[in-house]
Amino acid sequence: MLVSNLEFLPDQKVLKHIGLVQGSSVRSKHVGRDIMASLKNLFGGELAGYTELLQESRVEALDRMIEQASGIGANAILNVRFSTSSITAGAAEIYVYGTAVQLADN
Amino acid sequence: MEIILFLVLLVLGYCFGLLAERRHYRSIIAREKVMNSLPAIASRYPPEDKPYDQQLVVGSVVIGSDYFKSFLAGLVNFFGGSVVSYEGLLDRARREATLRMKEQAQKAGAEMVFNVKYETTSVGNSKLASVEVLAYGTAMKPVFAPTPSAAGEG
Repeated sequence: MLVSNLEFLPDQKVLKHIGLVQGSSVRSKHVGRDIMASLKNLFGGELAGYTELLQESRVEALDRMIEQASGIGANAILNVRFSTSSITAGAAEIYVYGTAVQLADN
Repeated sequence: MEIILFLVLLVLGYCFGLLAERRHYRSIIAREKVMNSLPAIASRYPPEDKPYDQQLVVGSVVIGSDYFKSFLAGLVNFFGGSVVSYEGLLDRARREATLRMKEQAQKAGAEMVFNVKYETTSVGNSKLASVEVLAYGTAMKPVFAPTPSAAGEG
């Protein structure tokens, strides 16, 4: 599965636009991590626990999108966008969406 | 008693925050010098000079402000004006995210990153700001295909 945030590919032809595919994921860390993060927040610096949390969550959302795309017979997803919104303290929703297409085999 | 705790947190936040910020800027500047050879381009139109393989690359970071910065921001917010303490925070987060994206692209063997987009979200509680910046784009990896003339002869 080719995943790209370009709108078209220079050397490949799109045979068919199948439709929008999307994946989302809401995750949170356990309380210990939240406490560590809020302590770290007093002194500044990177909150590694939250960076990790959002990365895991992003991978999960991407996986869900790719699964959906392969389910409807696409072999590439173009024009992929990410969007993040925080739900409450310590939990965030990651949403990823793109256009599922069928590319001609080279 | 509470005022003592407040002052202690303010001083600790100032010292450690300044230290963290300086260390981070040093690391950012050093890594940016290395990564300058791999440009991040915001154009939507990919180059067509030679064949490329694409790969989505992502870099993200969550950076927290410190107690002192949050307090300062609260003051500035009251009187109005530019909140310098948060400008630095966002600048660091954005440059760090860009660097992580580029590092991923370099690991994949890419020459450049196209169609770079940024996404910023505030996470954590409302009193102490922490911000997440996500940078993503398409890494262009050159394909070393046989040249047309060589292929024609074979």
